[in-house]
Amino acid sequence: MSDASGATSGVTAMGRFLANLREIPKTFRESLVRGGAPTTDRTRSSFVFGNVFLHLHAVRTHRWSLRWSTTAGLGIMSVAAFLITLITGVLLMFYYKPYPDAAYVSIKDLHFVVPTGRFIRNIHRWAANVMVVAVLLHMARVFFTGAYRKPREFNWLVGMGLLAITLGLSFTGYLLPWDQLAYWAITIGANIAQSPREVTDALKITEYFDPGGLQRLLLLGSSDVGEEALIRFFLLHVMILPLALVALLGVHMWRVRKDGGIARPDDADARLGPPPADTYPVFTEAPQKTYQIAAIVKGKTPAVGKGPENTVPSMPHLFYAEMGVFMLTVLICTALALVSDAPLKELANPNVPENPAKAPWYFLGLQELVAYSAFMGGIGIPSIVLLGLGLIPYLDREKEGTGLWFGGPGGVPLVLLSTVYGFGTAFALEAFAIRFGWIREWWPDVPQLVITAINPGTVLTALYAGFSIWAVKRWGSTRAGALALFTCFLCGFILLTVVGQHFRGPNWVFYWSPSEWPGH
Amino acid sequence: MTTTSKSSRLDPEPMPRRDFLGLAAMWAMGASAAFALLGILRLPRAAVLPAPSKKFKVALPESLADGEPFVPPGRSVALFKDKDGVYAVSTICTHLGCIVKQSADGFACPCHGSEFHKDGTVKKGPAPTALPWLAVTKDGGSFVVDESKVVDPGTRLT
Ligand code: HEM
Ligand code: FES
Repeated sequence: MSDASGATSGVTAMGRFLANLREIPKTFRESLVRGGAPTTDRTRSSFVFGNVFLHLHAVRTHRWSLRWSTTAGLGIMSVAAFLITLITGVLLMFYYKPYPDAAYVSIKDLHFVVPTGRFIRNIHRWAANVMVVAVLLHMARVFFTGAYRKPREFNWLVGMGLLAITLGLSFTGYLLPWDQLAYWAITIGANIAQSPREVTDALKITEYFDPGGLQRLLLLGSSDVGEEALIRFFLLHVMILPLALVALLGVHMWRVRKDGGIARPDDADARLGPPPADTYPVFTEAPQKTYQIAAIVKGKTPAVGKGPENTVPSMPHLFYAEMGVFMLTVLICTALALVSDAPLKELANPNVPENPAKAPWYFLGLQELVAYSAFMGGIGIPSIVLLGLGLIPYLDREKEGTGLWFGGPGGVPLVLLSTVYGFGTAFALEAFAIRFGWIREWWPDVPQLVITAINPGTVLTALYAGFSIWAVKRWGSTRAGALALFTCFLCGFILLTVVGQHFRGPNWVFYWSPSEWPGH
Repeated sequence: MTTTSKSSRLDPEPMPRRDFLGLAAMWAMGASAAFALLGILRLPRAAVLPAPSKKFKVALPESLADGEPFVPPGRSVALFKDKDGVYAVSTICTHLGCIVKQSADGFACPCHGSEFHKDGTVKKGPAPTALPWLAVTKDGGSFVVDESKVVDPGTRLT
């Protein structure tokens, strides 16, 4: 319809105005969805790559990626849990006041007075926990399927950044209620940041070189845990970390697409068998488009004349799967929120520590190590683990087993062996230290540096490293070493977390069960 | 690659001017961004620490026995009196900052099980150093403890 012709053809301006008014629902829909309703494979494709959110996905998805056992939906579950925390978090901000004591009262109000406040707070808490679990499991899935290998090395690093931010978000959030749990967790956390002093003090150089003191100062903005610290953690929790997470998440998803979709074995097509009859082959519609795209997309040339590819349109197949995972995550979080309340202890009291003062569960493994050496448990060993994780894709340049669970030299038997070794050594060391104590109990005058260097945490790390080197030699493969190391650390993490969560009571003393704790 | 001695230039393959300008612009941009970042990071590093005064006045109870700790309410300091004088030991654990509690023969930390003798030295656990001794001065009939001033262990106010 051209507007210039309207004036000459006798239709009044008013008539055109009314006609346009009537047309608004239709014209608005057309402006929203370019190219009309997506009803054919072709229009659905253009819908996917024309939409700013959907175009993070490829237009077509390989059938291998859609198998439940390929990803277990864990990446999407992490995204879903994050979105849930985002929405519930904004709701909590309506009432939360980031000021000591006022913070505590506002959370109490949210919990007891605000309509649906407790439910929203519970969902926020649970979604944060679900997110940590999902991210850890997602990382394990990427590792065990060898999906970090070329060309996905960089995305593995992006993922590690996401893991760090996820843990940072959970930890900063833990502090906001300003109750006893929060106050003592932030005190311990800030002092862990300061723990490089354990080494600099022993070397007597703290006066000149004090990275620990600087870290603590930046975190707390003061010499004490107080209003400055709370506002900083609040800022990190609601602003800096979420923004950083969203930015990195965008890169992460985009790279998944640009690295050729989810990793799959070379013979994925043979393993899957022929596509089901209702799958539309790629090149039956608008082949000319494919040739145009081929000019700008690098990689193998399109499989013209090779018969149908084993891919299906992302819309709707992938989107249904994602929606399913999303709904499941919402279900899990709301169900947990209904049966279990987020904790709120007494108002923070700087003179009486919570006893035992426990960190959030995913840090209890570290707390267990911190109880041997603050620096090694809180900074040294985590740095070693992060460095090791980051190096994995650059050291393992092999091809065998990519895209298959526990693929590569060693395979399932090695993973089982590593599980036994990982749990066994961690268990033996813990049992030994709990039963017989550690160096200072035997020789009270031993220098601190000796304890920093030799404690159950570092011994365990060394045992794991030794085992992994053995695996490299035994199977003649870096992947075997990586499988051994990752499995061991995973088992150590689980065992230490369980010990910290369940078997440690007041004064961090070992108890078989919390019911044996002495009464307060 | 062999450099020809014919050329009098130092650079055998001169860089096109446009590349040079482009690179220079990029490095200048990078350097100013780095500089700006340093300035940005300077802000969160507080210069004045908004903390309450660390000095407080306290009177020892008459009945305090020699070598028995006295912890003023709301403070994380233990005061002792013995035949040589009065001294104060911090009760903030040197491990990760929990407040230690009095135990049978010294102090015990509830957080990760560090134990200290009465003079602050480490008996057991992860604490890397002894509990510090704090400066005590006299003001009339009572004592003033300065929590921000650490003194050598053994220093007593006589
Ligand atoms: C906030 C945390 C994270 C989110 C939301 C996230 C999300 C995703 C999603 C949606 C995918 C698509 C495949 C799938 O669902 O498995 C993916 C793939 C991937 N992720 Fe993550 N991820 C996170 C953290 C991590 C971490 C901690 C790592 C490892 C250090 C990692 C490494 C990777 C890699 C290498 C891929 C490609 C896998 C393949 O091609 O098979 N991600 N991620
Ligand atoms: S804070 Fe006292 S033992 Fe850890």
